[in-house]
Amino acid sequence: MSEIVIQTRNLSKEFVRDEFHVVALKDVDIDIHKGEFVALMGPSGSGKSTLLHLIAAMDRPTGGEIRVLGEDLRSLSDRSIARWRNEHIGFVFQSFNLIPVLTALENVELPLKLTNLKKKERLKHAETALKLVGLGERLNHMPRQLSGGQEQRVAIARAIVTDPDLILADEPTGNLDAASAQEVLTLLSRLNKEFGKTIVMVTHDPHAARFATKVRYLEKGSLLPEGQAPADWVLPAAGGA
Amino acid sequence: MAIPVSYNLRNLKERRMTTLMTALGIALTVAVLLAVLALVNGLRTAFEASGHPLHVLVMRKGSTSELVSNFTRQQFQDLKFKAGIARDAAGEPMVSLEMVTVINLASVDAPDGINVTLRGLTPMGLAMRENAKLVAGRWFEPGKREVVVGKSIASRFPDARLGGKLRFGRGDWEVVGVMDAGRSAINSEIFADLNQASSDYNRSEALSSALVRATDAVTVAALVNDLESDKRLNVSARTEKDYYESQTQSGAPVQFLGIFVSIIMAVGSCFAAMNTMYAAVSRRAREIGTLRVLGFSRASILASFLLESLVLSLLGGLIGVILVLPLNGITTGIGNFVTFSEIAFDYRISPTIIAIGLTFAVILGALGGLFPASNAARKEILTALREI
Repeated sequence: MSEIVIQTRNLSKEFVRDEFHVVALKDVDIDIHKGEFVALMGPSGSGKSTLLHLIAAMDRPTGGEIRVLGEDLRSLSDRSIARWRNEHIGFVFQSFNLIPVLTALENVELPLKLTNLKKKERLKHAETALKLVGLGERLNHMPRQLSGGQEQRVAIARAIVTDPDLILADEPTGNLDAASAQEVLTLLSRLNKEFGKTIVMVTHDPHAARFATKVRYLEKGSLLPEGQAPADWVLPAAGGA
Repeated sequence: MAIPVSYNLRNLKERRMTTLMTALGIALTVAVLLAVLALVNGLRTAFEASGHPLHVLVMRKGSTSELVSNFTRQQFQDLKFKAGIARDAAGEPMVSLEMVTVINLASVDAPDGINVTLRGLTPMGLAMRENAKLVAGRWFEPGKREVVVGKSIASRFPDARLGGKLRFGRGDWEVVGVMDAGRSAINSEIFADLNQASSDYNRSEALSSALVRATDAVTVAALVNDLESDKRLNVSARTEKDYYESQTQSGAPVQFLGIFVSIIMAVGSCFAAMNTMYAAVSRRAREIGTLRVLGFSRASILASFLLESLVLSLLGGLIGVILVLPLNGITTGIGNFVTFSEIAFDYRISPTIIAIGLTFAVILGALGGLFPASNAARKEILTALREI
């Protein structure tokens, strides 16, 4: 069995909203191995995005353990987490979240600003990443000059430019038409298969989940056993795309 | 490494109207401050340029200005041969008995008249003021009602132009010359023959002061000390430079008012900058969240938004400097509370004043930007990403 990249034990997250305690995640135990492409599925409010945010250290758990890439995230300071995230995590948002005043190339270069690379090297890396996602001709386009699918591909280029160990995608096709979604999913699948990237993707879309090598379901904050889906869900064939 | 500056610059450019309006608010504040500083600087320069380093001004004991000093011919004779006084080529002691009074002249700006200084002096007094050069006409002749006016007087008072006639004392005085003494206060004075002027004002024995030239710089202090301590003479002595420099306080009320207005405006500008930056932080909350996810620290976010505020205020400062630059060199006048007459001087915008203006703008930006920037840095990632 390959190396475990993400490991959670009894992972819990509670929110307090207007004096009410909301349990977003309850005793989640999950192991994700290096090179896996895992789709996290479940209805709205099932806790899949919360789990992704905890893996990305964008939020802190209220209980349990979480180790990502061997690091106990609970023990890291705010500043160390920022650096760790930059070095190890590539994050793809549903609404792309490109910086509107920067060009595609500058957006992709952005995470490299935190490395020791020189400007010329940074630009070379950013250009390579953009070429990899098929946007070598759009380097100096502003985000508003790109289609949704192209914007998401720039976001993926930004996520992979630092050569992260882990790519986390939160509903990456949620804002895209079918054709663009297909492009983005094919790209993620390629990154997994050709470059061996470990990917965790949150999605509602059974079609999107078919690109993953493994699908895990969450329901009411709990992770269902492997191979089990909520009663009213149709289980997609994993890795079938 | 920090968030690239181009991110801030392009955001400022993106919302150019808001940027321009905020910068203009800061610019006006800076312009008011710079105008006041330029005025005070011009006044200070005029006084600092006045007076000869070897000259000692002697007045009656206790007098704070020549206007209120009562200096007799006897006192003049008694001090004339003191040790340490320089002599001219002819061997004469370089001592000038002078009479100072104010006369009222009508100007375009003030038809009811403004007080200007009239100085009666002897040829020795003229000779001791080597910096006063004739630029038109000739010097007055002893025993005649003739005057030579400073170039500021000539330009500001229609009656005081070359060939004009001024009515004061016991008759009309003809303007026979215009003098220029650089930035000195002499440019705001009218020179006339001592005997004729003192006779017209019935002050033949009650004059104002004596100007004395010391032999060298070392002797100046000794001469002042000697004159001050001479019980028989009963006079006050101070260097001429010191006398003029002390008059810089004439600009104090204007300086106080100007700085007061600037501070009030600064509070407004500071809040305007704060408002603009809060709006920027609110509008770019998702970008802030994204930058944090990419690995930028809270400190980087703080620095980035603070920098943006500083750039905004610096832009305001630069506009303020540009707005106020045309004032440089423009001549204005201010009432001198020591001589009760007007002193004319130029607004002087020096590099130091520009630096003060820009620093002031940057401080405004820092104060206005600190809270919004800190608000941006404190945002939790998920909260920021969910804000629209």
